[in-house]
Amino acid sequence: MDLSYTPQQDAFREEVRKFLADHADQVPPHFGVNRPTPEARAWQGLLISRGYVARTIPVEYGGSGQEPDIMKAQILAEEFAAARAPLGLVNQGISMFVPTLLEHGTEEQKRAWIAPTLHGEMVWCQGYSEPEAGSDLASLKTSAREDGDDFIINGQKIWTTTAHGADMMFALVRTEPHAPNRYLGISYLIIPMDSPGIEVRPLRTMTGEAEFNEVFFTDVRIPQTNIVGARGDGWRIANSTLKHERGMLGDPNAALARIRNLLNLMEAESVDGVRLIDMPVWCDRVMTLQGRAMAMKFHAMRLLTAAVKGEEPSLARMIVKLKATELNHQIATLAVDVLGEVGGLMGDGPLSRDRGVWQKRFMFDLGMIIGGGTAQIQKNIIGERGLGLPREPRLQAAGHNR
Amino acid sequence: MDFALSDDQILLQDQVDRAVGELAPVERVAAYVRDGDRAFATENVWQGLCSIGVPGLLVPEASGGLGLGILDAALVAEIMGRHAVPGAFLGPVVAAPLAILRAGDAEQQAELLPRIAEGSLRIAVAVSEQLSGTRGDAGVRLVDGRLSGSTQMAVDIAGADLILTADHAGRLVLVRPDAPGVTRLALNVVDRTRDAACLEFSGARPEMILPGNALAAIGAALRVVLAADLLGAASRMIDMAVAYAKIRNQFGRPIGSFQAVKHLCADMAAELEPGRALVWYAAHAQDVGLPDAALTALYAKAYLGEAARLAARNATEVHGGIGITEELGLHIWLKRISFGTQLFGGPTRLREEAAILQGYLGTSVACGRAAAE
Repeated sequence: MDLSYTPQQDAFREEVRKFLADHADQVPPHFGVNRPTPEARAWQGLLISRGYVARTIPVEYGGSGQEPDIMKAQILAEEFAAARAPLGLVNQGISMFVPTLLEHGTEEQKRAWIAPTLHGEMVWCQGYSEPEAGSDLASLKTSAREDGDDFIINGQKIWTTTAHGADMMFALVRTEPHAPNRYLGISYLIIPMDSPGIEVRPLRTMTGEAEFNEVFFTDVRIPQTNIVGARGDGWRIANSTLKHERGMLGDPNAALARIRNLLNLMEAESVDGVRLIDMPVWCDRVMTLQGRAMAMKFHAMRLLTAAVKGEEPSLARMIVKLKATELNHQIATLAVDVLGEVGGLMGDGPLSRDRGVWQKRFMFDLGMIIGGGTAQIQKNIIGERGLGLPREPRLQAAGHNR
Repeated sequence: MDFALSDDQILLQDQVDRAVGELAPVERVAAYVRDGDRAFATENVWQGLCSIGVPGLLVPEASGGLGLGILDAALVAEIMGRHAVPGAFLGPVVAAPLAILRAGDAEQQAELLPRIAEGSLRIAVAVSEQLSGTRGDAGVRLVDGRLSGSTQMAVDIAGADLILTADHAGRLVLVRPDAPGVTRLALNVVDRTRDAACLEFSGARPEMILPGNALAAIGAALRVVLAADLLGAASRMIDMAVAYAKIRNQFGRPIGSFQAVKHLCADMAAELEPGRALVWYAAHAQDVGLPDAALTALYAKAYLGEAARLAARNATEVHGGIGITEELGLHIWLKRISFGTQLFGGPTRLREEAAILQGYLGTSVACGRAAAE
């Protein structure tokens, strides 16, 4: 066990700090809601040219072409967080579609789509979930019927983030209705969002914002070449994408940063002349969460070391989404309790603290427990793949043949 | 940065696991907790631990020990918890060598450390008031070289040659359990794999007074090592519950295929696992003196206490009715977790200390403490 960094790593950290200090004026004030702002795209281009984002993606596809180095990636994440500077664009095109395309796409597809995606010129949305296919994603019904060299798509997707501003969708669509089982009937298709027959309707959530959309397809025509991988292989390809999404969630440094904000709040808030942090009942609650956040941070250090060594502590990795989203929600819950009646206010306005961010997080973080595989699905994964418990026998009903 | 166990540490755990598995197989431990044949713990198990060098874990090599650190001691403790090994560890293997190394003078070190390392000198630890708070009028006073007062709990007292205790000012003393003026009141500990006694002193003369100050270091080490013991005990209970859920059939299929049971298992495993990294970090922090050593020791014990208790509860529930029987033996680990969670400070007490350490609870608790002094 050695928590020190090598001289090379220390030097890299210094280089990153100096870069952040020198370029503080170029950090974009807004990243844009649906599409990246010009400032955000410029920042992204600068970071790619420095080798700080899109690090391991080959230069010919618009990346930095660096050797994989998990410690450098971690140092970048830490230093950018400390400087409150965004480490490039964060969207589903970059975090999910690009890794999938690198693994499964044709050379032509990689050349056409990766570079504009990385540089924020092409925005993607994900078309997986449907109203009748949530946790049971493989039961999806949106269909693609062959017509000459094209597919004709009909159906509906839901929980589609950024669909309004998106240029393209990567989607799971049923292309083989007569496949031997439901998994083998699904293909991974690329759908331009300006195709005739697509209708996007915003889906407002309880936070009051339209974080998601519903997307309706009526006889939408795309060329059959807009497929990633082979026909009927979409389920396997999508699972590699979901793996990227789950790995993306839950940064333990972020949880400790939220604990810091919560402690600041509890030092600032007083009831009957006593700071909440000095009241034992309240203090015990935040200390409990601080201990949990520390455990998660060290757990992440363990996973980081394992990743550097090429080891895969599978159970340890599987628990991260479940525990990190739960912890975030507990932090927001305590903050709302700390604010009392004020915690029940929404948004900015009279009496509100931090522009109402805690109540918003309380609601948003509940969504995070559900999104990307619900807590209950995570527990199934931990139980079955982590602990080796038997699967639940499936009902032999129509449409559920395996 | 390398946050992982070394090959030597993995080997150490394997060796202790194999030795302890032979020394204290589950049937033998079950018979011990049922019949209370004290000699099994104080003679057989202790001699077995001596034969693999466990008493000398923290004693420097120059004094005949293994010269290892708190992390290594924690890794051994995890195995002790996994096997619910009966008998002494926390006092003679952890507290005593640390006290003498950090607070003893050269003469005391030369006299005691080699005997601690070879296991011929066993030292119980009695620091309840310092780690768990003072109950009632307990507390030890050292006046004119004589001990008076009482301490709530001396741990590992069976077979002990000396007792390490501390007076109200934090001075560490070693006193013989059979010295005139020492009264021992055996306690009925729920965890039969451990033993403890309440001590009363009336003018007892200590064998030695340690000149230095090591109470904080001993407290942190005891808590981290006990957290590791809880980790081992809890992981054993999870393993047993998962194994049972795979073979026990109800409604025509293994109960582990029902999500209600599967999620009980997933919950306890997911809760316990981050505790492993927390124990590693807290132990390593003691060894190299990291700035958050004190805070992480508190959180390691608090977190593992609660995570282990959840595992004890869920693992028992997964077993259904058989889980609460004496015959199955699951209760051996449940009770080890029950006692271990409270010993040297329970979770709420530890979080209170964590708050005070960070400058919180300024008015209420600190005033209460000051009034009590």
